[in-house]
Amino acid sequence: MATVNWPDPSHRSLIGARISRLDGPQKASGAAKYAYDVNRPKMLHAKILWSPHPIAKVTAVDTSAVEKFPGVVAVYVEKDKKGEFPSVTYAGEIIAAVAAETEEIAQEALGQFKVTYSDIGQPLMVDRDPSKASGRDQEKLEGTPDEAFKTADKVMEGYYGLPCITHCCLESHGQVSEFKDGELSVWPSTQNVSGFAGAFTSDLEISADKIHVDTQYMGGGFGSKFAADKWGVICAKLSKQSGRPVKLMLERAQDQMIAGHRPSTYGNVKVGVKKDGSIVAMDFDVWGSGGMQTYRMPPLPYLFTKNVPYRTKGRGILTNRGLIRAWRGPNHPQAALMTICALDDAAAAIDMDPITFFKKNLAMTERAEEYAEQIDKAAELIKWKERWHARGDKTAGPIKRGVGLSIHTWGGAGHPSNCSVTINPDGSVVGRLGTQDLGTGTRTVCAIVLAETLGLPVDKVRIEIGKNSLPISGGSGGSTTVGGVSSSTRDAGTNALNILLTKASAKLGVPADKLEAWQGKIQEIGNPSKSMTWAEACGTLGSMPISAEGANPSASGVKLTSGGVGGCQMAAVAVDIETGIVTMEQLVSVQDVGVVINTKTAESQLFGGSIMGITYSLYEEAIYDPATGTMLNPDFEFYRLAGLGDIGTLTGHFMTDAKYESRGVIGIGEPAVISQGAAISNAVANAIGVRVPELPLTPDRVLNALTGGKFA
Amino acid sequence: MNQFEYANPATVEEAVALLSAKWGETEVLAGGTDLISLLKQGIAQPRLVVGLKNVKSLSGIEAKGGAVRIGATTSLKDFIANKDVQSNFPGLVTAARNIASQQMINMGTVGGEILQRPRCWYYRNGLGLLGTKDGKSLIETGENRYHAIFANSGAAKFVHASSLAPGLVALGASLQIQGPKGARTVAAGEFFAAPKSETERESVLAPNEILTAIEIPAAGLKNGVYEIRQRTGLDWPMVAAFVAFKDNGGKAQDVRIVLGHVAPTPYHSKKGSAALEGLPITDASLANAAEAALSEATPLSGNKYKVPQAKVAIRRAGLAAPT
Repeated sequence: MATVNWPDPSHRSLIGARISRLDGPQKASGAAKYAYDVNRPKMLHAKILWSPHPIAKVTAVDTSAVEKFPGVVAVYVEKDKKGEFPSVTYAGEIIAAVAAETEEIAQEALGQFKVTYSDIGQPLMVDRDPSKASGRDQEKLEGTPDEAFKTADKVMEGYYGLPCITHCCLESHGQVSEFKDGELSVWPSTQNVSGFAGAFTSDLEISADKIHVDTQYMGGGFGSKFAADKWGVICAKLSKQSGRPVKLMLERAQDQMIAGHRPSTYGNVKVGVKKDGSIVAMDFDVWGSGGMQTYRMPPLPYLFTKNVPYRTKGRGILTNRGLIRAWRGPNHPQAALMTICALDDAAAAIDMDPITFFKKNLAMTERAEEYAEQIDKAAELIKWKERWHARGDKTAGPIKRGVGLSIHTWGGAGHPSNCSVTINPDGSVVGRLGTQDLGTGTRTVCAIVLAETLGLPVDKVRIEIGKNSLPISGGSGGSTTVGGVSSSTRDAGTNALNILLTKASAKLGVPADKLEAWQGKIQEIGNPSKSMTWAEACGTLGSMPISAEGANPSASGVKLTSGGVGGCQMAAVAVDIETGIVTMEQLVSVQDVGVVINTKTAESQLFGGSIMGITYSLYEEAIYDPATGTMLNPDFEFYRLAGLGDIGTLTGHFMTDAKYESRGVIGIGEPAVISQGAAISNAVANAIGVRVPELPLTPDRVLNALTGGKFA
Repeated sequence: MNQFEYANPATVEEAVALLSAKWGETEVLAGGTDLISLLKQGIAQPRLVVGLKNVKSLSGIEAKGGAVRIGATTSLKDFIANKDVQSNFPGLVTAARNIASQQMINMGTVGGEILQRPRCWYYRNGLGLLGTKDGKSLIETGENRYHAIFANSGAAKFVHASSLAPGLVALGASLQIQGPKGARTVAAGEFFAAPKSETERESVLAPNEILTAIEIPAAGLKNGVYEIRQRTGLDWPMVAAFVAFKDNGGKAQDVRIVLGHVAPTPYHSKKGSAALEGLPITDASLANAAEAALSEATPLSGNKYKVPQAKVAIRRAGLAAPT
């Protein structure tokens, strides 16, 4: 019988190969249908009216003109469970919605609402001032840092920070809803297909079994698309109210304002070091804002926590901005910036190469050996020895070059997942699971695992995902998808294969436990001369297909996935010290990943993460007018994202020897995006000789740092 | 976007006759790269949009009588590709290329580029052209990192968004305008104006006038441009400088230094220009002119960094001029 273990590297035909996304042509050609592309017969279009005020009470919403507006079919006014209008706490808060015959009519009809606001207040938008903090301080003390600081040869004190940013999913949030005959079909852009329906049951008075969710493709989530959200429920209500299908996708500006923010973090850091580079104590006093939600201090110090005294203090500032949501690697980019930049400055303060410095202190981390290997590999790939110099590039001219590094960690163990595999008498195979493809290649990963398990080419298996009628699979968050779906698919595929092997065993005269599926054949293990083709084997089934279930974790007890990875990133930059422009030259990502299912899409994760990381390092900031609370860049014009010309050379490398592989499949969506902020900031400091304390590293900040604050 | 009527006239006279004498009631559509987004965001809410696509006389480039005449609806793509433009005004070609988005270059027109509305984020997010609330400027105490460092004490604190306008001012271009009472010509240096109220716009063009052509003298001025923008692709510059001068035996004569994205209009620095007059073009002479040019800057709370940037832009623009 086949076992559910991952096959030995010497006995793999697909796992670890470079395989293009099976649905790539559909995605590239537009044949793939995203929520935005779903059009149902007689469908209406809905638009949302939002509050321009950040603080206000709604006292009346007059809908009489909207209802009479030609083309308007259904009108919705937001009220809480007590039947009261919402209390507005940020600009963009949903007030009402309208469904109309066309998108244009719906948009124009919004102007016909007459909303009366009272108690319009002055918002708090600034999150850089710790005196505005409220609520309980979050504090942690390890050992006696005050005593330890006294033993330091040098105490480095620095200020660092990174602002609130948004998720910028290319496909905005939203869905199509169709309420018909007491059942609700929704086509949402979600990263949580199996767990999506629950949001509707109470508001629409419908049982979950009558809700059908279908997400075949979606254009990015990054942590912001788990729930149906208020607008999803409104969309479904408008459908129920009108008796017609309704499409409601957020406008870009709305998406930027209300569909997700990453919390900011700023703070003062103290690092005490000995002349030999050993860290003796650390102190973090940080603050930041999670909008009107609780601010959670990042995990500080980041990574360097073993046998070192430290104190951390975190304070939250309430600001009137849209909702905070998990943003790829929640709180890790913040923690990495605050810690690794401070350590880099400490290394500079004692004139030490950061590589020497970090390696000297790796024993304070959970994976000293791995980080050392990863740092060496990244250094080799970026040519650190050739490129690194003491702080401040001394070459003539305005262009200064430098390199910097950071390390990171993440979990990434597979989430609970179920899969069902059917093998048909004609040899066709289908694997079914209620997961979703955020664009990362989940469908392809499942196909690779199933085909490898059954000894078939990847195009001989079909994978069905994206529906909540399929076996339940977890939401795609925290890098948990690939570990979950590859494990459940491997388990189900193995269980199905074992049924087939039992059938084939009689015919081949070989005991089932001596059979294997390999290269399109069922054969005696290692002996192709005693074999039958896949089609012949399936022919033994008669008229009935076979099916088997599988899950993560596997009932067999075999662990196919685990969590806990490390990684190292190094950046090389060129800074024009006259204009303040930072240009990326190279970004190297060395990542510990466990078993790689598909080298190509795994690399894409590294590259995509790098582009996103470069973007928040150099460009991104959600900017609000302090007086009115209006978001000033809810667009992709002044909310800048890196383009192809801005990213330099991206290099990726996976650590995949037996030691790393033994832990099974581990997701890398989050670790891919954690280190860039610190690595790029450190590279800029190396280039220009001073620290630019805050991300993004915009020209004004660079020039300001170079002149000691002259342009602040 | 609100509903509006659309007219598609075939002549300039017909187009002019359709326009209202009041700003906002009617809008002119050329390439649409700006107007369409203003319409979609509800910032422009005209009852009538007058398309110029069928007014064939407005498109095309012609060199004659010591000048190059560019029809207002000539696409930026055709402008960049034109040999007469390339040989006489390399700075303008670079400025147009710097727009960087191929889609904008394909669809955008020369006239539309000059007449695009400010990119000020207060204006574009519904807080008015001047960004005021209860009679007070939100910009002065708000997020003004991309706003004006010159001529910013009046109502308008935004920067003029055009990439071509500084070059047109520097090269002594004239703008041909057709209105209900006939044609008139305005020097580029006189054309741009800072609005004093929400109901004014950024030039002397009247609401019922149409920019028909731009005529640039082929006077043999050396010219170069330098733009500082953060991204390599489509991005609005933080500052741009256009430098034009006559090469008089290795010395600069008739110098015009015009800055973009630093004031509500293209900013012709007379002080900076005078400081370079009669000198050879070197990094030192340009740096000196740049100091003079920026000596009168009055940055706002968040845009002091634009002062050194503008100085660098002047130096690099001067050095970019082919000699």
